[in-house]
Amino acid sequence: MKPLALVLCAALALVACQREQRRFSEVAPSSGRPTHPTSQAGPNPAERNAWATSQGKQLYQAYNCDGCHANGGGGIGPALMDARWRYGSQPDDIYASIVEGRPNGMPAFGGRIPDQQVWQLVAYVRSLSGQPRFDIRPTRSDHMAVKPSEQARRPERPQPASQEPR
Amino acid sequence: MSAPARRRLAPDPAEAAREALDRAALERAWSNPAGFVGWLTSANHKSVAIRMIVTAFGFFALGSALAAVMRLQLARPENHLVGPDLYNQIFTMHGSTMMFLFAVPVMEAFGIYLVPLMIGTRNVAFPRMNNFGYWIYLAGGLMVWTAFVLNIGPDAGWFAYVPLSGPAYSPGKRVDLWAQLITFTEIAALVAAVEIVVTTLKMRCPGMSLNRMPLFVWAMLVTAFMVIFAMPAIMVASTMLAMDRMVDTHFFNPAEGGDALLWQHLFWFFGHPEVYIIFIPATGFVSTLVSTFSRRRIFGYPAMVLALIATGFLGFSLWVHHMFATGLPLLGESFFTAASMMIAIPSGIQVFCWLATLRSGRVVLRAPLLFALGFIALFVLGGLTGIMLAALPLDLQVHDTYFVVAHFHYVLIGGALFPLLGAVLFWLPKLTGRMPSERLGRWSFAVTFIGFNLTFFPMHLLGLGGMPRRVYTYGPGVGLTTGNVVASAGAAVLALGLLLFFANVAWTLRRGAPAGDDPWGAETLEWATTSPPPAYNFAYLPTVDGSAPLWSTRERPVVTGLRTDVREVLITDGIDATPDHRHRLDGASIWPFLTAVAATIGIVTALFTPWGVTIGALLGLITLTGWFWPRGAPEHAIAEEQP
Amino acid sequence: MTRVVVLVIAVISAACSGRMPVLDPAGPQAGRIATYWWVSFWLSVVILTAVLAFLLHAVTRRRVLVTPPASPIEDVRTERRLTLGVSAAVGATALTLVVLLVTSIATGRALHTFGGTQPLTVEVTGHQWWWEVEYWDPVPSQRVRTANEIHIPVGRPVLVKTRSLDVIHSFWVPGLHGKKDNIPGHPSSLVLQADRVGTFGGRCAEFCGVQHAHMQLLVIADPPDAFEAWLQAQRRPAAIPTDPAAHRGFDVFMQGPCALCHTVLGTPAGGRTGPDLTHLGSRTTLAAGTLPNTPGHLAGWIIDPQSEKPGAQMPANSFSADDLSALLAFLGGLQ
Repeated sequence: MKPLALVLCAALALVACQREQRRFSEVAPSSGRPTHPTSQAGPNPAERNAWATSQGKQLYQAYNCDGCHANGGGGIGPALMDARWRYGSQPDDIYASIVEGRPNGMPAFGGRIPDQQVWQLVAYVRSLSGQPRFDIRPTRSDHMAVKPSEQARRPERPQPASQEPR
Repeated sequence: MSAPARRRLAPDPAEAAREALDRAALERAWSNPAGFVGWLTSANHKSVAIRMIVTAFGFFALGSALAAVMRLQLARPENHLVGPDLYNQIFTMHGSTMMFLFAVPVMEAFGIYLVPLMIGTRNVAFPRMNNFGYWIYLAGGLMVWTAFVLNIGPDAGWFAYVPLSGPAYSPGKRVDLWAQLITFTEIAALVAAVEIVVTTLKMRCPGMSLNRMPLFVWAMLVTAFMVIFAMPAIMVASTMLAMDRMVDTHFFNPAEGGDALLWQHLFWFFGHPEVYIIFIPATGFVSTLVSTFSRRRIFGYPAMVLALIATGFLGFSLWVHHMFATGLPLLGESFFTAASMMIAIPSGIQVFCWLATLRSGRVVLRAPLLFALGFIALFVLGGLTGIMLAALPLDLQVHDTYFVVAHFHYVLIGGALFPLLGAVLFWLPKLTGRMPSERLGRWSFAVTFIGFNLTFFPMHLLGLGGMPRRVYTYGPGVGLTTGNVVASAGAAVLALGLLLFFANVAWTLRRGAPAGDDPWGAETLEWATTSPPPAYNFAYLPTVDGSAPLWSTRERPVVTGLRTDVREVLITDGIDATPDHRHRLDGASIWPFLTAVAATIGIVTALFTPWGVTIGALLGLITLTGWFWPRGAPEHAIAEEQP
Repeated sequence: MTRVVVLVIAVISAACSGRMPVLDPAGPQAGRIATYWWVSFWLSVVILTAVLAFLLHAVTRRRVLVTPPASPIEDVRTERRLTLGVSAAVGATALTLVVLLVTSIATGRALHTFGGTQPLTVEVTGHQWWWEVEYWDPVPSQRVRTANEIHIPVGRPVLVKTRSLDVIHSFWVPGLHGKKDNIPGHPSSLVLQADRVGTFGGRCAEFCGVQHAHMQLLVIADPPDAFEAWLQAQRRPAAIPTDPAAHRGFDVFMQGPCALCHTVLGTPAGGRTGPDLTHLGSRTTLAAGTLPNTPGHLAGWIIDPQSEKPGAQMPANSFSADDLSALLAFLGGLQ
């Protein structure tokens, strides 16, 4: 009984610590030039952190992502809430989309949006389709309701990158 | 201190022998299992209450440690002892711990311990629910403190205003844990309140009509009613907040028809009565201390009772004074200013009656009384700054500044903690059978009093100097440094005083002189039994014919004929306490503890998924079935077999 | 007793040193409040002194060495005297409260009204953790948007409208008026006025997150002519600089992260997330009163804001030394 309790506590501690940390200063802010995401293989640290994902949500409004993508439903740009990803749904792919831009209208924000913030946006974009863990994903906005709302959606399994037009 | 002479008829040998047999039978019927099992299953109000008091003071120590860190951080401008994120968690935990995990539980615990003794009965009305209340309280405290240690401590303030505490601006689980802390502690508070109301109204000894009840019991009765009416507001509010955060409701989202101010109204409708819930039992302590150590009954008993009831009612009409800066219509401003000022009248009546008692009595200056006198000085000062704050124009300047921090610490520490410390010294002989050290008591009073004033008086000046609340640092050169340095130094002195006090308690437990039944020569019924009282409180339930039973020289009959082989108590009429019927109480049981475990599982799981509510309900169904499963013969069968 | 007297003297002397802006009013609203403060303060001193004196007298009258027996039956004459005394005290309390209530209501009414002249309207929007200030004008192109610093003309009432789009903040300039909360969904307002020239510090007074402690603002009361000149200068958009260093700085500003969040009128930069920088050079402080506005502090703020204000929305940036000095030249020219 005791070892089980200890294990549970330890697991809780690890999970909680990562979810709740507020990392205000990034260790190494990037230069102002576009970066290539080849160095970053593996999961996005922002994705295990509720604060960072919530910052991503605020940045999504601040940098006018909703101007083209609405609240995930898309408009001028493709929907981000669904399971169809033209250029891939992995953090590196989304990072590349934001930093380098994509054909047909996605601007390149490399050098304009600092690196730490790009990773926060990546975490948030992935949360729109329910990919990070349920206790990390932001819940409803304090603004007009997003329909369907983020927390209420069932997460969809993303499909492999597809080349077909929308 | 010599016990007063009391006439006692020499018992004849036959009566003495019968009494010894009865005591032995009562001991068998009423005792609880010992050790850890006893903790889990206890149905004895005294052991549950002592456990609650000890736990509450444990949380007090934790909350005080947080305060010490805050004062260290604020001792210098632009200090880097703790960063803003940790500081926000610290002050939120300090406020939540002190208000929810210390102040209300400790006052209710003293009520649970003393009320049955003071009204001359054997236990509270629902002994097993009492135990359940303790475990729920402990679970809530452990949950939130574990969260704090794991960096998930709530960080939006003990008042958690939306939208800051809402889903958009407080990510993660921190505020959810705060909301569930509320759930745990408010269930516990309601449990204790129901106990006190029913016990007080149905189980008083014959002859103890309402106008002969001790003032402390009146205070606990009024407090319990306030709890019952105030706690639902915050339970609703915290549940609505939890739903906003977890299942996408919009109660507090202005963009979708909700209202951020709704939170403030609901919270403060609870929050203002909450401080009276903490303060009114303290007035009960003070009445007891003042009358015992002035060697006369409190002057103006009817006025005191009416003042308590008036405070209880008026306390519900003031809450908007916490919201004066939100932009109110002029009529609303005036009404709440008037109401907030008028509540000074019943409080003033109480203070004047205490002063009259002291003036016309023969004062015995013992350490418990010193704390009561300190209370009068500090509470009047705090009350006067409260009148200042009641005026909306002045409140607009000093609201949310350190002036308010000074005010509420004067009325909460001066107005509630000082009486509590005096009460601890006063009733320690009854709880433990040992006398505290008078010398340590006086020193602890003096150091605590000085330290408290050094810490909190400068905060009035800091508030007038423009220092807002809930800031983790302040700039140099703006006139705030000196006040903060003095306050931090004072906090060290205050800590020393409190340590001396707890040293006194520890010393008493090891080396205190044996106390006897009534070392202070007090007037209420708890001093008519041994120290500590036996599990059954009184061998024969007393009767009373006046309001200071132990100071009366008249002989009083006792209640005989209650069964001694089962847990039987006497139920009396609510107003005049004429005997009504006999009632059987239940004994030790594991089901309350298991129900608390079931509720804990449900509430903690609900932090992560709404299914937690279902799980908790199902588990609770099982444990409640066990709890209420009928045992033994039905009551009418028992009644039929009575001689 | 001595303690109270000593502290009273300390209060008064501290107030005279001007370190307690609540007691050093610079305008009619703060003045009315300060008057009310002194009324209630002196009444409280009298009451507290009386109570403490009576208390000391009551407990030091008769020293007892051995605990006397209790007296449950009290003397009737004493009880009657005590009843009179307590009733008188309660009556005096009620009377004092009525006086305070009437004074308070009168003060409150005075705060809701202002003198005849048309007020200057300023809209203050609280953000996490800075103040957005907009000078309203019926002609939209004449409106001025700035941040963290409000200039007002001496002697003219100013209608401050308080709003918020994120969490609850509270606008408080103690030298001029009490506070008013900025509540999302509940716009509110207050009227303040400065009757003398000076700089009055203000701050956020409602807990709003990690940097609530560093959310100050300045209200600078100028003579009316100086204020008009300031306002005219603020209405002029910035000119794209011609000198090479500042022009390079302008390029860095536009091509780097800055333009995404900040507005500089007269340039294509139109971000609304952060403060308007069109006249950054004319402000006294940076980062909502956290830092003085000097090139060194500005450089530090741009490169590593999290060390000064951890949790602020301003991200860290990395520029080469040349780019940074060019940027500073550009920003310094935004007067």
